[in-house]
Amino acid sequence: MYLLEPREKPSRVMKWLSPVIALSAMLVVSSLLFLMLGLDPARALYIFFVEPLTSLYNLSELTIKASPLILIALGLAIGFRAKLFNIGAEGQLTIGAIFGGGIAILFHDHTGWWILPLMVVMGAIGGAFWGLIPAFLKTHFNAEETLTTLMMNYVALFVLLYLVNGPWRDPDGMNFPQSVMFNESATLPFVIEGTRVNASIFITFLALVIFWIFIKKSMSAYKLEVSGQAPMAAKYAGFSSKKAVWLSLGLSGFMAGIAGLCEVAGPIGQLNPNISPGYGYAAIIVAYLGRLNPIGIVLSGFLMALLYLGGEMAQMELQLSVAITGIFQGLLLFFLLASDVLIEKRYRFAKKKLKPRMSETDPTVA
Amino acid sequence: MSIEVTAILAGTIAAATPLVFAGLGELVAERTGVINLGVEGMMLVGAIAGFAFAAQYEASVASALLVGALAGMLMSLIFAFFTLSLSTNQSACGLALTIFGIGISAFIGQNYVSTALPGLQNLNIPVLSDIPLIGPILFQQNYVVYLSILAFIFVWWVLAKTHLGLLLKAVGEAPESAHAMGYNVLGIRYCAVLFGGAMAGIGGAFLSTVYTPMWIENMVAGRGWIAIALVVFAAWKPARLMLGAYLFGGVTILQFHAQTLGLSIPNELLSALPYVATIVVLVVISRDKKLLKLNFPASLGKTFTP
Repeated sequence: MYLLEPREKPSRVMKWLSPVIALSAMLVVSSLLFLMLGLDPARALYIFFVEPLTSLYNLSELTIKASPLILIALGLAIGFRAKLFNIGAEGQLTIGAIFGGGIAILFHDHTGWWILPLMVVMGAIGGAFWGLIPAFLKTHFNAEETLTTLMMNYVALFVLLYLVNGPWRDPDGMNFPQSVMFNESATLPFVIEGTRVNASIFITFLALVIFWIFIKKSMSAYKLEVSGQAPMAAKYAGFSSKKAVWLSLGLSGFMAGIAGLCEVAGPIGQLNPNISPGYGYAAIIVAYLGRLNPIGIVLSGFLMALLYLGGEMAQMELQLSVAITGIFQGLLLFFLLASDVLIEKRYRFAKKKLKPRMSETDPTVA
Repeated sequence: MSIEVTAILAGTIAAATPLVFAGLGELVAERTGVINLGVEGMMLVGAIAGFAFAAQYEASVASALLVGALAGMLMSLIFAFFTLSLSTNQSACGLALTIFGIGISAFIGQNYVSTALPGLQNLNIPVLSDIPLIGPILFQQNYVVYLSILAFIFVWWVLAKTHLGLLLKAVGEAPESAHAMGYNVLGIRYCAVLFGGAMAGIGGAFLSTVYTPMWIENMVAGRGWIAIALVVFAAWKPARLMLGAYLFGGVTILQFHAQTLGLSIPNELLSALPYVATIVVLVVISRDKKLLKLNFPASLGKTFTP
């Protein structure tokens, strides 16, 4: 029989091997899924995972999807290091899009270089605001952030629906729930000819650099990490747990808000009910899969983008619903969590636990 | 006006029913120390499973509910395996289950989006339903609503009055002691989690085959999460859970009657009301640290390795 016993110290090899194991397990199960659906698994896997990498245009589409995922995941990673479960990224990116998009709609008849930067700033403020509300509820009322951030996602969605169905609806939009298309000054410029890749990749890159510096050099980041790894030690050292909550939720909201703005000021070009295919939730998986580490996050951001793009290709070529991406995401997270157990623990085969021996001489022993 | 009030209150009871089922299931699981955040996913899978079965085989609501329960159990089995046998983090696993459940229900459901089901007739309990005012509200519901009341009585009775209930609570409060006494802690937790999955599945199937007899992607719309919040609000007590569920049913129903009640709040913002209410409720409950500490199952969320 096998025993699960703790290791002397966490295995560093497993830390990086675990995502590989999880990915492989996911591929195996997805092949089985394709088989069950009557599809050739090899071809389906090819369409899903290889085809999106085969052309420059596809790679650019991949980048467009990976950029917001990486940006949001970077923000989330800071909070996750402090063991603060912010599942509210979806709502935070929505409110960021609303705040920033609101500027675009407000100044729809204006042009100027200042509109776009203002939108980005407002997007960041919007997202941070949406993240700071649950932070306030946690620090002042002890309300767990897991459920409050989640509820805020739903509220954000309804705020968006209200705006695009009501006051912000495009009067020339044939009654569709959408805002006016943003004008040129309010849209992120393209940076690569012939593709839809826009300036948001610079923002993501900048965020990556800042994140790296922050993690390596900043005292605040260190405090956050300690309060996650050893909360009692952090308490004795005087690291404010309240500050940790404000910082991590505010920062992830900030990043998510910018990402949301980049989506509506970029590929989408307006506010409508479908500004995110669940990027806020996918980014959680990206952060976790990437081991809360900048390089890891970039790699897993591209992997997650691959799942999204592969899903779209599978829809076109195999008539599979894009919902299959959600299935893969869930599976990936499951397998990742399972293989992560091997970082702290290991399996050992041991003999069955022996019952205490009956003593033949001592009648008092049972 | 009194017709309106009757409609609101009657609607409240029906709207609360999925929350009752899912909430009771989660309450039992959490009492044994397992927090299953996958309720939303389990409800969705239960909803599509029940719906698809009923649509495919022109089956009765009862069999749809059964299929929903089985589907929910299957989902919770996955969760139980990962958290109890493989010792993974419960919260993260629950989230994974939800993401998975949303995906798989949407995937299976794509073929059923335009299908309609016959739904269920409301019962008309003789004599009692003729009582003015409360008669139509309490005694003209469909049988699944009454089933949810039975479920509440069952769960309350088991937890409060039976040895099994004591065992469940013991496993949740002090798994090491229960283990030392020779009880199979993981086995009991497995059963509790499976029960939670079955209940969530029934709640979901009720939504898709009775409450609104159709399938829309993501139709559970966060009720699973509200159910989890309700368990906290209930301080893990079944009676309080019912109170919370009916309060929330009321808030949900309000959005459909706001116009007639003279409220001029836009529709979409009214839809946000249940979620705002959940936040308010969580804040109110969490402020009372003593209440939480007293009733919080001590081993909730912690992994147990025998």
